[in-house]
Amino acid sequence: MASTTSHAPDAGWRKHLPVLNALLRYGILIIIGFLMLYPLFWMIGGSFKNNHEIFSSIGFIPKEPTLDGVINGWKTSTEYTFATYLINTFKIVIPKVIVTVISSVIVAYGFARFAIPGRKYLFALLMATVLLPKSVLLIPQYLMFREFGWLDTYLPLYIPQAFAVEGFFVFMIIQFMRSLPLEMEEAAVMDGCNSFQVLTLIVAPVILPAIIAVALFQFMWSMNDFLQPLIYLSSVEKYPVALALKMSIDVTEATSWNEILAMSTIAIAPSLILFFAAQKYFVDGITSGAVKG
Amino acid sequence: MTNSVKLTDVKKSFNGHEVIKGVSLEVKKGELVVFVGPSGCGKSTLLRLIAGLDTPTSGEIHISNKDVTYAHPSKRGVAMVFQSYALYPHMTVADNIAFALKIQGLPRAEVDAKVAEVAEILQLTPLLKRRPKALSGGQRQRVAIGRAIVRQPDVFLFDEPLSNLDASLRGQMRVEIARLHAKLGATSVYVTHDQVEAMTLADKIVVLNAGHIEQVGSPMELYRRPANLFVARFIGSPNMNILSVKVAGAAATTVTLETPQGLLEIPRTGVVATNGDTVSLGLRPENLHVAADGEASHLKGHVVLIERLGGETFAYVALKDFGNDPVIIKLSGEADLHNHQEVGLRVDLDRAHLFDAQGLALGQPLGAAPDVGAGHV
Ligand SMILES: Nc1ncnc2c1ncn2[C@@H]1O[C@H](COP(=O)(O)OP(=O)(O)OP(=O)(O)O)[C@@H](O)[C@H]1O
Ligand SMILES: [Mg+2]
Repeated sequence: MASTTSHAPDAGWRKHLPVLNALLRYGILIIIGFLMLYPLFWMIGGSFKNNHEIFSSIGFIPKEPTLDGVINGWKTSTEYTFATYLINTFKIVIPKVIVTVISSVIVAYGFARFAIPGRKYLFALLMATVLLPKSVLLIPQYLMFREFGWLDTYLPLYIPQAFAVEGFFVFMIIQFMRSLPLEMEEAAVMDGCNSFQVLTLIVAPVILPAIIAVALFQFMWSMNDFLQPLIYLSSVEKYPVALALKMSIDVTEATSWNEILAMSTIAIAPSLILFFAAQKYFVDGITSGAVKG
Repeated sequence: MTNSVKLTDVKKSFNGHEVIKGVSLEVKKGELVVFVGPSGCGKSTLLRLIAGLDTPTSGEIHISNKDVTYAHPSKRGVAMVFQSYALYPHMTVADNIAFALKIQGLPRAEVDAKVAEVAEILQLTPLLKRRPKALSGGQRQRVAIGRAIVRQPDVFLFDEPLSNLDASLRGQMRVEIARLHAKLGATSVYVTHDQVEAMTLADKIVVLNAGHIEQVGSPMELYRRPANLFVARFIGSPNMNILSVKVAGAAATTVTLETPQGLLEIPRTGVVATNGDTVSLGLRPENLHVAADGEASHLKGHVVLIERLGGETFAYVALKDFGNDPVIIKLSGEADLHNHQEVGLRVDLDRAHLFDAQGLALGQPLGAAPDVGAGHV
């Protein structure tokens, strides 16, 4: 690049071009990134402000840092601490993620590899459910789960996922599976695997990045899910974080925003931590090396 | 001798389209049989039928005298090496090789011992801890072969195992496979596009075309006595030159041919033909020579193109008055020749081939004992 011309004495400034270039690029990226993340910083900062400072300044660095918001927020205005709600959330989210992953992988494998009669139509049907607004299903589902006697339990929140109802996830895994070399699975068959072993010992480990992505999306979406728990859960002791936060906005007239911000910060922490922990799996799919190339 | 693999009138259709049109074949124990044929002729399909990855529409497949037509691939005693290697990317080399044994449920110690032994044979020992990603093409191919060997199958199946490698590595691996076959003596079926691989590795070559067998024989047999035009064109590189000529008389040991440049008499027995029949005269590039000045020649023409490969030279000569494409001649590397030069060609008449209008071989070369091609040359 620039180095080819750096021999000419009057072109010495060109040597610095890459540096300037980098400064400019990173400068712009940092500014835009900061703007986009500002609400997040503001929320974290707000957790350590006192209640009236939150609305009196736009800056995110607290002038008089205080832990009041965190301490009072953790106690919550109910008889349970915030820990209860966090645990409740995990009681919903963890089974939900597990059954989603298992069911989506199995169904995707069926679509991707088996000549099921009417596969094309079934697949179209699955895709159609992706387009269907979730709210359409609320009433019939509610009535169904009421018949089952599952109201005010966590079952309606994750049992449906055992039937691979998230068409989007199934679609995503199918696409991943289609990109796998068929010969790899045939080699496994020749090595003595049955279909189930091919799936669990060969296909699933190889599409691990896709599986992690599915788990991660489902985790984040479920952490944030508000509507479903609101409909099915009635006892406060079973509330997940999303409902608990909303509750603390309702109960008192003078809402303690610093407490809410502090608990929101804690509530998004698991998603963030998980996301960064799983990030390296997105970077490099591990398929490389199976075939030439 | 026992048959290791026996196909009986095997047919295979995909969606009503017949791809294998009735193949019967016997592979003897310890033999290395090579399938060759143009792209899409059904080589891979036939191999997959033997492997059990597909099942035939009709016909029977026996391996080691057992009917395995509908048996699960792992129950047939076969192992396959795929063109794309098809290694398991998430496992180390050792685990790749051990996988089949682990699935069988062999005890750990036994698995480790066998893996170590195979790794030693294939010089993979230093690589056992690596993932396929961190291997070169040749090393990956060796792992793929190791994965097959470790199961000690009755039959090895290879589907173009070397076609992903570059030329020099291919040569190296070819020698290695030959060495391995000599050492293990296992029955093998080997699919390839590569003439050299087919000629050097095979005990027996099967030439396939459009889903049926054109000819089966040892490499030299196919080379010396192709049963038909297809095989004649397919075996040998560069391809055999085919000239269209007419029969002008057939005696007990000679055939007289009428060419646009006059009569040509070739020694050949058993030719049944009527005068005036149009036949195809096949001349291999190495059986044509440029006649020295003053030397008698059989055919005349002029050079249109010269390809110098260093060790050898190919000259394309347009024959006078022939409608054919230029014929190819194989010459020494130093051949003194230039474009547009008028040349006379000498033909090794006893090596000429003759085919009738249907493309079937006409008669036999003189003194061609049936055991001409002993296979190992
Ligand atoms: N699963 C399949 N479904 C439909 N047609 C198929 C299938 N597999 C192979 N064929 C067809 O069968 C024919 C033979 O294919 P095959 O792969 O056996 O050829 P091949 O001789 O191995 O060719 P190549 O040398 O290119 O590998 C081709 O025309 C191909 O299109
Ligand atoms: Mg093929």
